[in-house]
Amino acid sequence: MAELKVTAIKDGTVIDHIPAGKGLKVIEILHLNRPNGGALLLASNVRSGKLGRKDIVKVEGRFLSEEEVNKIALIAPTATVNIVRDYGVSEKFKVEVPDEITGILHCANPNCVSNHEHTVSRFHVVSREPLKVRCHYCERTMEGDEILRNL
Amino acid sequence: MEWKGRDVISVRDFSKGDIEFVLKVAERLEGELKEKGSLNYAAGKILATLFFEPSTRTRLSFESAMHCLGGSVIGFSSAASTSVRKGESLADTVRTVEQYSDVIVIRHPMEGAARLAAEVTEIPVINAGDGSNQHPTQTLLDLYTIKRTFGRIDGLSIGLLGDLKYGRTVHSLAQALALYDVELHLISPELLRMPGHIVEELRDRVPVHETTDLEGAVPELDVLYVTRIQRERFPDEQEYLKVKGSYQVNLRLLRKAKENLKVMHPLPRVDEIHPEVDGTEHALYFRQVFSGVPVRMALLGLTLGVI
Repeated sequence: MAELKVTAIKDGTVIDHIPAGKGLKVIEILHLNRPNGGALLLASNVRSGKLGRKDIVKVEGRFLSEEEVNKIALIAPTATVNIVRDYGVSEKFKVEVPDEITGILHCANPNCVSNHEHTVSRFHVVSREPLKVRCHYCERTMEGDEILRNL
Repeated sequence: MEWKGRDVISVRDFSKGDIEFVLKVAERLEGELKEKGSLNYAAGKILATLFFEPSTRTRLSFESAMHCLGGSVIGFSSAASTSVRKGESLADTVRTVEQYSDVIVIRHPMEGAARLAAEVTEIPVINAGDGSNQHPTQTLLDLYTIKRTFGRIDGLSIGLLGDLKYGRTVHSLAQALALYDVELHLISPELLRMPGHIVEELRDRVPVHETTDLEGAVPELDVLYVTRIQRERFPDEQEYLKVKGSYQVNLRLLRKAKENLKVMHPLPRVDEIHPEVDGTEHALYFRQVFSGVPVRMALLGLTLGVI
C-alpha cells in the first residue's frame, strides 16, 4: 500500500503529479509552509505510473485560487490539483500554463519598467514546451531556470 | 484596423498590412506637403513630447511633423527639468501631461516605459525609444526610405551591422523586415550579437546569416544598415573598449559591394561610416533623416484620427 504513506485530509488541497524533486519548490512558491492551523504533508519521490517518480503535496484547510494554480503550472506543468471536502474529492483539475501570466513572476531585466514603477507584472506565453514567456513591458523572453529564479 | 486612438509602442503590434498602410499615407502626405508647403489636418491639436533621454533627430522630426500638420507642440527634452526629479512616477507624469495634450510621444531609458505610459492614458502614445527595446517610428521611416529607394522591400538582401545587442533600432527593424520576403545578414562583433530570442524569432520567418565578417557579407547585400556602437548602453566601459571601432564602412569596402548597394544609418554616427562615403550614390542616411517627417506626420495624423 505504498500510496497511503501520506494520510488523507478532511478539507484542503492535494497537488499530485508534481515532477519528483519539485514538491518543496511548490510549497515555497505557494507559501504553504506558513502556519494556517492545518497540516502540510509532502511525499517525495513516490513511484508514479505516469511520471516514473513524482512528489505529492497535501495541505489542510487551504483551497487554491486560480492564480496559485497558474503558479504551479510554471514549475510543475504535469501537476493535478484535487480540492478535498469532507474526505472526498469535490473538484479535480490539471494545471495549465495560461496564455498570460500576471502578478506572479518578476521580469529578469533589471532595466524593465515593471521593476521600477508600480505595476502588475505581465508575461505572454510564447511556448509551453519548453516554457518560454515574454515580458509584456520590455519584451524580453525568459525560460527555464530564469523563470524559477524570478517567481 | 482602427487607427484613431491607437498606440504605437512596438513593431510586434503591427502586421505587414498596418506597415504598408502607414507607408502609403506617409507617401501621400509627402506629396501634399511638397505641393502646399504646410497642411492643416491637426489644427487645434497638441502634441506632448516627453523626452526623458536626449535626442535630436527624433524629437525635432516629431515636432516638425506636428507643425507641418498644423498642430502645436509642448514638452521637455530632459527629465532633469521635470517633477521626475522630485520623485514623481512615470505613470503620474504621463497622466498629468494627458490633461494638456491630444497625443504623447515618449522616449525613456527604461524598457517597457512606453507600454506602461499607454496603459495609464486614454490618448494615443507613440514610443520614440524605450531603453534598448524598441524604436518603432525609426523602423517605419527606415522601411519608408527603403521602399522609396528600391520601389519594394520584398526580395532584398539586407545587412544589419554594428551593435545588434543594445541597438533598439536594429531590433525593431529586424522584426519588421521579417514580415517581408527578405534575407537578413546580422553582422557584429561576437560581444554585440543580436539577442538569441530575437534571432530565433527571425529564423522562424526569413533566412538569417550571423557573421562577424563584414567584407565577406558586403557583396551579397542590397542594403547595409550601419549602427553606432553606443558607449552609453554598455554596463562596463572595458566591454565597450573591446569592440569600439570594430567596423568602418569606407570606399575600399564599398568597392566589393553591388553597384546599387545603399548604406543606411539611424544617426548620429561616430566613425563607423567614413565621410568619404557621403558623396557617393551608396549613401542613403540623409534621405533617411528626411523620411522622419512624412512618416511621423502619418503616425500623428492617423492616431489623432485627423487623416
